[in-house]
Amino acid sequence: MSQEVCSLKKQLKEKEKEIAALKNKLSQLERSHDLTQQLHDKVTPLTPLKAKPALSNEDIMRYSRQLLLAQLGVQGQLNLSKTSVLIVGCGGLGCPVAQYLGAAGIGRLGLLDYDEVELSNLHRQVLHGEENQGQAKALSAAYAVRRLNSTVECIPYHLQLSSENALQLIQQYDIVADCSDNVPTRYLVNDACVLSGKPLVSASALRMEGQLTVYNYCGGPCYRCLYPVPPPPETVTNCSDGGVLGVVPGIMGCYQALEVLKIASGHGSSCGQQLVMFDAQDARFRSIKLRPKQAGCAVCGENPSVTQLVDYESFCGSAATDKCRKLNLLSKDQRITVQEYKSVLDNAEPHLLLDVRPLVEVDICHLPFSLNIPLSSLEEKKSEHLQLLRERISQLKQQMAGDCRPPVYVICKLGNDSQKAVQLLEKMSESDIDSITVKDICGGLLAWAKRVDPTFPQY
Amino acid sequence: MAAPTVIHLEFGGGAELLFNGMKEHHVTLPSQSEPWDMKQLLVWIQQNLLKERPELFVQGDSVRPGILVLINDADWELMGELDYQLQDQDNVVFISTLHGG
Ligand SMILES: [Zn+2]
Repeated sequence: MSQEVCSLKKQLKEKEKEIAALKNKLSQLERSHDLTQQLHDKVTPLTPLKAKPALSNEDIMRYSRQLLLAQLGVQGQLNLSKTSVLIVGCGGLGCPVAQYLGAAGIGRLGLLDYDEVELSNLHRQVLHGEENQGQAKALSAAYAVRRLNSTVECIPYHLQLSSENALQLIQQYDIVADCSDNVPTRYLVNDACVLSGKPLVSASALRMEGQLTVYNYCGGPCYRCLYPVPPPPETVTNCSDGGVLGVVPGIMGCYQALEVLKIASGHGSSCGQQLVMFDAQDARFRSIKLRPKQAGCAVCGENPSVTQLVDYESFCGSAATDKCRKLNLLSKDQRITVQEYKSVLDNAEPHLLLDVRPLVEVDICHLPFSLNIPLSSLEEKKSEHLQLLRERISQLKQQMAGDCRPPVYVICKLGNDSQKAVQLLEKMSESDIDSITVKDICGGLLAWAKRVDPTFPQY
Repeated sequence: MAAPTVIHLEFGGGAELLFNGMKEHHVTLPSQSEPWDMKQLLVWIQQNLLKERPELFVQGDSVRPGILVLINDADWELMGELDYQLQDQDNVVFISTLHGG
């Protein structure tokens, strides 16, 4: 009898465990389903964020280590819980911003990104995982924040911020964090923040450096006060061209989260008229005093000319993305496709293949028979490189006996620099070097990898 | 006739790439009857340090949009911009604005 009771009790316990596990799984699935349902592809009105009357016991336990700080305290924590923050861009900066704001107990997080997770993002966009590849970044970031702190309300927006939707969106948030990756979006976010009176915590990072400023805050300058005229597009380098060490945007994003928390808690930021510069190579932070708000500023000045959002892509002369632009500098007969170049190789036609990428990229991958002379060396007419080029051309001439304009094909990563090189070489032909026929290989090594040799690395 | 002016120049945010990747330059500006101002410094940099593609650094008689100039750790707008008269041992930083994230 007692044996039977024991065995039944044991079985019951196991079943209860099983039920608990199933319930847990169900609620997780339902929650993630919630988020998927919630993925916004357009801006919709939000219900106002309600202020908590007091901290729950769970809140007290969760936030105990920061509640102990006199700089935050219970009131600061309550202030965080009634603050909403819009994060524009869920990449290298946006991930740590979302992570630390979520962990600290911010009330509501708007997570905006038009892009999907790619393998080449993961070295710096640390909220996303391998299994999130192909998923909307906004959704992937929302899942990650929810896993960390389910009491934070996350609103993922899978859309491109534009002049049409920016004001409606930004008006619904208390603080904006600019974690974007391109010039037009930075002007758009600035103007929308000025027009709706929101503080803008802005950071950026490239290679081994970062910068941070809080704009439109406590009477301080806005982004346009500092940069009234956008930079010429050809002077702007993005992360996919210039590279970036993942931890650098990580550090800048953490700094951004810090300034957001100081503003949201009521403590206040000291970066309102300051530029913080971070140099990872020298391990140095520097704070620079900036100009005050400018009376003549086009958007925040005394007589603003920008009173509504404009067309920022045409204002900046570039697209609101960090994807690479495609240049079109040459005529059709100055270019060949990768397939055409493949048949040049297959037919063993004598030619010279010139790779004009910087050495650091040639080290990543290159075609085995190419000669590397970086575009910058051609621009500077570096003598040792020109000498090398002359020698190879004269070898080629001997090999081709009779043809006085040996073919030179130029390749780079995407087919932009190679076009510039073709223009340069055409100018140099018959003066600095022997006369040649020079052509660009359209689309560069990326096209080669996609259309000719799928085993060739892409970066 | 003023003595030569020694200043410390720094380039950052990618602007150093126009100067062979060198971030720091200690330079001695030759003696001249009037003190050096920023406008003259920009011309001097263009003639003595900048090798190629000046359009990536200067535009007209000032720096191109997107480069911030700092004099002794302050925005040059607070210091008189092009008219600022350089003092011996001044620190001048040219920083290209970053946009990546
Ligand atoms: Zn302004």
